[in-house]
Amino acid sequence: MPSLLDIRDLKVHFHTRDGVVKAVDGVSLKVEAGEIAGIVGESGSGKSVTAYSLLGLIPMPPGRIEGGRALFQGTDLLRLGERELNTYRGRKISMIFQDPMTSLNPYLRVSTQLVEPLAIHEKLRGKPALHRAIGALEQVGIENAAARIHEYPHEFSGGMRQRVMIAMALITKPDLLIADEPTTALDVTVQKQVLDVIRKLQRETGTAVIFITHDLAVVHEMCDTVSVLYAGRVVESAPASDLIRHPLHAYTRGLYRSNPSAHAKGEDLYTIPGLPPDLSRLPCGCAFRPRNTLGDASLCLTDRPPELIEASPGHFVQNCPGCLAVHPSTAHA
Amino acid sequence: MLELKNIRKSFHNGRESVIAVDDVSLEIRQGEIHGLVGESGCGKSTLSRIIMQLLLPDSGRVILGGTQLSALPRRRIRQHRLDFQMVFQDPYASLNPRLTVFSTLAEALQQRHPQLKSTALRLRVGELLETVGLSQRLMQRYPHEFSGGQRQRIAIARALAPDPRIIIADEPVSALDVSIQSQILNLLRHLQSDLGLTMLFISHDLAVVRYLADRIAVMHRGKIIERGDAEEVFNHPRETYTRQLLAAVPILPAAASQI
Repeated sequence: MPSLLDIRDLKVHFHTRDGVVKAVDGVSLKVEAGEIAGIVGESGSGKSVTAYSLLGLIPMPPGRIEGGRALFQGTDLLRLGERELNTYRGRKISMIFQDPMTSLNPYLRVSTQLVEPLAIHEKLRGKPALHRAIGALEQVGIENAAARIHEYPHEFSGGMRQRVMIAMALITKPDLLIADEPTTALDVTVQKQVLDVIRKLQRETGTAVIFITHDLAVVHEMCDTVSVLYAGRVVESAPASDLIRHPLHAYTRGLYRSNPSAHAKGEDLYTIPGLPPDLSRLPCGCAFRPRNTLGDASLCLTDRPPELIEASPGHFVQNCPGCLAVHPSTAHA
Repeated sequence: MLELKNIRKSFHNGRESVIAVDDVSLEIRQGEIHGLVGESGCGKSTLSRIIMQLLLPDSGRVILGGTQLSALPRRRIRQHRLDFQMVFQDPYASLNPRLTVFSTLAEALQQRHPQLKSTALRLRVGELLETVGLSQRLMQRYPHEFSGGQRQRIAIARALAPDPRIIIADEPVSALDVSIQSQILNLLRHLQSDLGLTMLFISHDLAVVRYLADRIAVMHRGKIIERGDAEEVFNHPRETYTRQLLAAVPILPAAASQI
């Protein structure tokens, strides 16, 4: 069976005064129906741009899709016009963002915003639409939904607003939900509640989820598969449990080791030195070489970008000898 | 070093009143990092404002090194404000975008040392930057030219500038990527051991607090419900609420292979 979403060799570049910024440079990833696929990486690794390009949300210019395909149920999303895309946006593919307050309209009651997708996509209006909306709020665990639906966004707390966003995104029963760091701005307890809601609904409705985060621990809790992005490319991808137990690439290992819960008290946290590379001046070899301290930077490829190989069944990693090496000083971990 | 005794603060909104801080007593020792953990709305930010003397408590006392601040006239309180410095969650919002790093840090230094001028001032700004792990060559740059982690370093340098007796760090790493977060946590730990820094570290993430703090106080609905040695609270929480907080932290399982 073909995948629900099959992104192949996606390239999204931004043409700026300072040169061409290669935000996404050859990303391939698959999302199967009903699974949660994680995308992990630092700010600027290309994880959001990859997701936004699916729904035509990249500002063009300066952005340009230079190549690749994004087959969603067999249709290449990258080739659709604005009108055709509108039949996908919010209906077959929905999105939630990090900050719910910027994506809810502060002037409109929650009810107005929740029934809008129903009117647009299902021509459902009035009482029946309101009933569906109340049901959607109940599903995400908002108590007294029939009354609260008439409130304004500011009357909800941060976690509750994120629940409203989830309800709004899922009200049309989309096949794919893109969640862009949906819990990064939230307290751990609220984060847990929101993650639980997403997972519960994902199980009940069978919606597939692309879950974007910078936190490997969250990936472990949420995702079936995960792709690690660095400098606009996939450096490693695998089933989530496999990737977390056997991280291969030096960058993935660095992400793992910077997590405070992996450290004893008083021990220095591992930090990935330096900064992500300038995407307008990428080296032609391995982009991680200058920051590679867990492998052996002297072995990193310098003449060509490393290709993905299948290290074990389903576990893909960039074939860069320097990044796959295990530095002797780190072998105790 | 710093003592809070029976602090109470409530806010009134029409007929409703909310008790934000309810009989909180806390003692922070010289040279320790004291963690304060709790969710949004538990009163931890109100408490930090009271320590900063930005809010007056309804009752209770704030005692810094033997001086009872809450009994001082307002004018004297202002002088003491330099003794407390804050580092905030969002370094983008807490640095003035129109000032160079030099101007920001020079201003903070001169609050305590108005006589500091020209070469001596430049030298001291350079030292501060080196202390937080930034090159002094960057001092003529503006905040937008720095990454999030570098900006948080500048914010920490600014907090250190007036030789405060205590730094209050309110969620200083919550907005940062995991890889940057670890750099800032390391920096804070080194500042503690090298400079003998005293700090109140406020966060909702018990895993981060456990790693950094010597002792932890857990705040819930305006009250301190549990306190003690960091490892003890983390490994043997007594209160149900503390256990809930712990259970909410996503945990990375141990990697099987050598990494």
